[in-house]
Amino acid sequence: MTEALELLTTASLWASVLRIATPLIFGVLGALICERAGVLNLGIEGIMTMGAMVGWLTVYLGADLWTGLAMAAVAGAALGLLHALLTVPLGLSQHVSGLGITLFGSALAYYLYRLIVEVGQLPPTIARFPRLHIPVLSDLPFIGPVLFQQAAPTYLALAAVVGLAWVLARTPLGLALRMTGENPHAVEAQGLNPIALRIGAVMAGSALMALGGAFLTTVAFNSFFPEMVQGRGWICIALVVFASWRPGKALLGALLFAFFDAYQLRLQTVIDGVPYQLFLMAPYLLSILALVLVARRAEVPAALMAPWRRGER
Amino acid sequence: MRLERRAHVPLVLVATAPLAAIAVALMLAAGLIAAAGVNPLTAYAEMARAAFGSRGGITELLTRATPLMLTGLAAAVAFRARLWNIGAEGQFFLGALTVAWAGHFLLPGVLGGPMGMAALMVMGMVAGAALLAGPAYLRMRFGVDEVVTTLLLNFVAILFVGLMIEGPLRDPLAFGWPQSVPIDPDYRLPRLVERTRLHAGLLVAIAAAAVVWLVLSRTVFGTEARALGHNATAAGFAGVRLTRTILGVACLSGGLAGLAGAIEVMGVTRAVTTTMSPGFGYAGIVVAMLAALHPAGVVAAAIFVAAVFVGADGMSRATGVPSFIADVIVALSLLTMLVALVFTSHRIRR
Repeated sequence: MTEALELLTTASLWASVLRIATPLIFGVLGALICERAGVLNLGIEGIMTMGAMVGWLTVYLGADLWTGLAMAAVAGAALGLLHALLTVPLGLSQHVSGLGITLFGSALAYYLYRLIVEVGQLPPTIARFPRLHIPVLSDLPFIGPVLFQQAAPTYLALAAVVGLAWVLARTPLGLALRMTGENPHAVEAQGLNPIALRIGAVMAGSALMALGGAFLTTVAFNSFFPEMVQGRGWICIALVVFASWRPGKALLGALLFAFFDAYQLRLQTVIDGVPYQLFLMAPYLLSILALVLVARRAEVPAALMAPWRRGER
Repeated sequence: MRLERRAHVPLVLVATAPLAAIAVALMLAAGLIAAAGVNPLTAYAEMARAAFGSRGGITELLTRATPLMLTGLAAAVAFRARLWNIGAEGQFFLGALTVAWAGHFLLPGVLGGPMGMAALMVMGMVAGAALLAGPAYLRMRFGVDEVVTTLLLNFVAILFVGLMIEGPLRDPLAFGWPQSVPIDPDYRLPRLVERTRLHAGLLVAIAAAAVVWLVLSRTVFGTEARALGHNATAAGFAGVRLTRTILGVACLSGGLAGLAGAIEVMGVTRAVTTTMSPGFGYAGIVVAMLAALHPAGVVAAAIFVAAVFVGADGMSRATGVPSFIADVIVALSLLTMLVALVFTSHRIRR
């Protein structure tokens, strides 16, 4: 028992919290943008898989790591465009279209990967993003390894939280986006185009989701393999609800989830006799519990999942 | 240009929509096959030959289609009532696991033969239904979105299967990968064709489709479930008891997915492994959509999806095109079917 508590004081635990949280932060922000504009994007799991594959492939083919991230974002935006076209102008079921995007995105990613890497071959590796070393800050005891020795994309994710919070709360674009998710008729009355806003939001959100996937292959691991996203996308969809559609709370939710994930991994080595599957189940069950606790007072965007057509009520 | 809802949907359009969708999906996938350096026409001919060209191919695709029919029905029943059950994969595994446990420990010596088989199927259904009743209850009681809960429960269910087959249900005689204890040979479903894997589960699946059709179109429950799918508020005002109906739909849908797992164990695998489903639950969603949520269509759509998988396996061995092309074709046909559905229910006006 004391060992389990001692784990909480180790810098390596808290450093891994931020690392595990990063793909979730990207994913949850992406899902948040889409939903704030009124579109549920269940394509997230496939978009993250595609991002992971494209990010890895770009670097494997000789480009640098940042180009890898950029290409992943472009691939994500492309899948987002497909989802947006199906759900916004055509007004199709966002649930079914999103699941279709997930099935398509993962299948395409695996297919393209297999065109390059044959069955039975070991997954080829790439050189990952290095951990940053910032003079003075990185050398601080405890705080240094936890906050200032992460890989660069982690700081990009944190910057994205601040950036998105600012755009949503303080800019005309943010107001228009939020209004599109609450009342698209009001947006049209302002002379703006809700359809264009929604398509743009879904593309931007999907690009962020893909960055979350690319983080897995360029920072967390150094290769791509099937099933590597492991439900992180679905966790992000749950985290958006948990966060009441607010970027700051989304960051908090991602960190909380990552803490449980990092802690259960380390607990496995300390506590004997408990099957490891129980530890692995815990994060999923906790997500469901969190949803039950917040669902009653969730401030759902009023026009979420409601298709909008000009002149139709 | 704008879309206008049709007052009446011609039957011709309903029947041709899936065929058009599949044709477009195959055309789109042809580009990817060409990228692998193989002539798409050769590849598709090879796929058709592998799936339909031999007795072995046809029986194999019907074996594959059996669980897909049931998971397809599970999705169709739920989606009609707008209960977004994405958890058929987990319900499949829980049904399978229950059957392995009961078919090895509980029933042998108590119930034999057909009675035992029927009991096992019911137990598989109960297990699947129980796993979906939870999320359905959480939605009605607390307003928790069932999409997320059912998706997350898939991971929990598969981890639970892993836990059981490495623990209390582990087969001590199996080497290598962990697998569960096998069911008693008494409960193996009879073969339909000798020296193939095709088993009587196919007949159960087709019968299930007929029963679901009757329930949805001829009973009060079916009407209430459909009304709920069209407009839950209006259905509530019309006196439909929402919570009860949704829970009923959940039990039926989860039960069908659980039955798929039960039958797969009794007909094909004998024991449970964590890799026994190549995504039957998720593919069931595609099956249901291609069938436009109609039970009879589900049978046909399941055969199509199974043919793609069986055909792609054979084609992949012959030409070297990665067999993931099957998943791509299936996913693409879901997306093209969605677009096709817009044009059956709407017309384009200038």
